[in-house]
Amino acid sequence: MNHVYTWGGILIIVVASVVGDILLARAMKQVGDVHALWRRTGLWTVVGRILSNSNFFLGVTAMAVAFFSLLFALSWGDVSLVAPAAASLTFIGNAFAAKIFLHEKVDRRRWMAAVLVAAGVALLAG
Amino acid sequence: MTFRKYLVLAGVTVFAAAGDSMLSHGMKQTGNISLHHLQGVILAVANPWVAIGILLLLAFFAAYMNALSWADLTYVLPATSLGYVLLALVAKFALHEQVSPLRWLGIALISGGVGFVAGGPALTSHAHHDTECASEPASAVVSAGAER
Repeated sequence: MNHVYTWGGILIIVVASVVGDILLARAMKQVGDVHALWRRTGLWTVVGRILSNSNFFLGVTAMAVAFFSLLFALSWGDVSLVAPAAASLTFIGNAFAAKIFLHEKVDRRRWMAAVLVAAGVALLAG
Repeated sequence: MTFRKYLVLAGVTVFAAAGDSMLSHGMKQTGNISLHHLQGVILAVANPWVAIGILLLLAFFAAYMNALSWADLTYVLPATSLGYVLLALVAKFALHEQVSPLRWLGIALISGGVGFVAGGPALTSHAHHDTECASEPASAVVSAGAER
């Protein structure tokens, strides 16, 4: 029963994290390079631009769902299983989602990274 | 890639691993949270380990947003996955959890993924190149408006 809870928790974390990551990445691309922006316009303009971005708020909401799912799951399972499993499966989901929704060029180099992480996750779960 | 950008990626890595470890340690002290006793969540946040963990995860979030503003999502995630190695070390030596040889191998494979993206470009998305080239004057207008 503990396993069902743990993996159910991991699944919820993964879905919420992928949605959150995609929305946050899109928001920060819309804001632009914060280093350059900070130098040019100052910290508060940067903060204002981030906080007035609606993708940012949707992303934070999804991340909050992921975070509280993580709190629940961590109270049932080992940190060296739950945290890497959830984060790494999120990474696989993100590779697909980033290609589709963010139009990132996910080349062979990045797919290799995805495969290595997937294999790593399988071993961590075993 | 400047030194400052590497520092941001290191921040993402360390803050995430440290924050998760603190949370885990704290949640083990507070015990299971059941769906029938949701007030347990509030008690959990009162635990100092959980509170420090949350602060560290906020620092992680700031560094992560910073990184996402100048790099691809599929670059930032693997580039910061060395955190799993840190996490395993913390789990073994600070939380005294069992880390089996197979898990160590898994952790090694995950870190191998870092090598594959580290050699490639940080930014590939077209959307950003467009804004990079086109929105310089536009963002100047926006910031001028914000200052007024």
